[in-house]
Amino acid sequence: MGRPVRRDQDGDEERSGELTTTTERPADVDIQAVPLRRPGRWIAAIVILALLALFVYGAATNGAYHWDTYRKYLFDQRITDGAWVTIQLTFWAMLLGIVLGVLLAVMRLTDNPVLKGVAWVYLWIFRGTPIFVQLTFWGLFSSLYTHLKFGVPFGPSLWSVNLQQLDALFFFACLGLGLNEAAYMAEIVRAGISSVGEGQTEAATALGMSWSLTMRRVVLPQAMRVIIPPTGNELISMLKTTSLVIAVPLSTDLYNVQNNISGVLFRPVPLLLVAATWYLAITSVLMVGQHFLEKRFARGSSRKLGARQLQALADATAGTGRDGGGGG
Amino acid sequence: MVEAQSVHKRFGGLHVLKGINLTVQPGEVACLVGPSGSGKTTMLRCINHLEQISRGRLYVDGVLMGYRERGDKLLELHPREAARQRRDIGMVFQHFNLFPHMTVLHNVIEAPARVKKMGKAEATETARQLLDRVGLADKEKAYPAQLSGGQQQRVAIARALAMKPKLMLFDEPTSALDPELVGEVLDAMKQLARDGMTMIVVTHEMGFAREVGDQLVFMDGGVVVEAGNPRDVLANPQHDRTKAFLSKVL
Repeated sequence: MGRPVRRDQDGDEERSGELTTTTERPADVDIQAVPLRRPGRWIAAIVILALLALFVYGAATNGAYHWDTYRKYLFDQRITDGAWVTIQLTFWAMLLGIVLGVLLAVMRLTDNPVLKGVAWVYLWIFRGTPIFVQLTFWGLFSSLYTHLKFGVPFGPSLWSVNLQQLDALFFFACLGLGLNEAAYMAEIVRAGISSVGEGQTEAATALGMSWSLTMRRVVLPQAMRVIIPPTGNELISMLKTTSLVIAVPLSTDLYNVQNNISGVLFRPVPLLLVAATWYLAITSVLMVGQHFLEKRFARGSSRKLGARQLQALADATAGTGRDGGGGG
Repeated sequence: MVEAQSVHKRFGGLHVLKGINLTVQPGEVACLVGPSGSGKTTMLRCINHLEQISRGRLYVDGVLMGYRERGDKLLELHPREAARQRRDIGMVFQHFNLFPHMTVLHNVIEAPARVKKMGKAEATETARQLLDRVGLADKEKAYPAQLSGGQQQRVAIARALAMKPKLMLFDEPTSALDPELVGEVLDAMKQLARDGMTMIVVTHEMGFAREVGDQLVFMDGGVVVEAGNPRDVLANPQHDRTKAFLSKVL
């Protein structure tokens, strides 16, 4: 050995590149191989881009698309109001769905046979009937039960609401969507809870933690990693399912507003495109949110380190030995 | 500290413990050894009522575990009561079972803060002392997955100690570790034994039993075959089954 080789400092590519001399053996330099050529990918990309350009050109020059109508209505007050109603419906329905879904999932996993049975029957009914039927039912709810009374059962009532006078279409739409969603969320949450190892519950129990504390602090936070991706799916799906609220009948959401406008104009295509643009825009925002939520709940789930953590670790090893493992 | 009176445990038709008698005095270290399937781990889990015993009585610090005695009847405890009983018993598992979504520090703080309602500052202070004691003061911000097995197990020990238990149960604490990491965990346990902690350890580490054990209990087929001072039992086993087992592990 001519000179000492300090392998641990060879990580810096630029420096080792400069230092390369004819006397250096291959083992002393980082490999810089010529990447494999992949002509197939280029050809496929060119073909797809060409097809796409053709389609865009065709659509832009085809008068039947009525792009002027599209532009005119894209930011129309009625459309944006409708989009806002759709967002609100999605929010409240998902909130109800998630809260009730967690409750149902926990009920199914307790050893209380009564709660288990109730949860099972709920799932059976709400997953077993179409959402459109359920929404229609909630719309007819006020004809079944004209008054909501609070009081002593079989005795005098203390407080009463007349459901038929109440302008409650929005409320019933949220209720219908949310109750249906809860059944699906319950299964997602149950799968998440089941994915957390038994050892976790055991460790928590051995520490004297109660069942509910174990659920809240140990099991559910870990279950989130499994729960979030399908919940994101449900959220996006809910955004679009809100277009069914016409069954209640609520007609102020994005889809039904555009339907009303196009009914007057006799131009369904541009208005459908307007609605699609809005749905797509909202979905895109939701996808970004989901990405960050997933990252947040992935904490500690993998030994793989992010770029920032790797850098911290490298600094720590190279430097004075300050702990680099804590870059969580 | 622990008093087991002819404890039986059945899982359905499977009879795992067949009348175990065990007495552990305060400050003693008892080592449970024996072939796998002999009921050591089940016995340990019965002591903090992770498993319900089928027959016999089990007292920890004079308190009957898992039941309340009224006359000659036994009443099942409310889960809340059972949880209260477990607070004073620390347990360390073979596979550590740290909470992977919490940092090392939060793993240790969690139970004292939430179960004992200890103040955040006090819990943090205690946790830091304990982590220092097991030699991991510089790892408090790390997540369990970023630690070696030996480090994780030492965190698990600190986590159990944070509840200030009167009794510590160890379920094969070094069995899942690389050989070179076993020593650091055993050192932490030896330190604990020297500090006067009452410990029941299920282990295959005969060296540990010889060095710090006050009592060695050899179990096989759900019964205690032989028990006594570890040095005597290891040097001069009386029973054939003990001899056969020790000849394989020593």
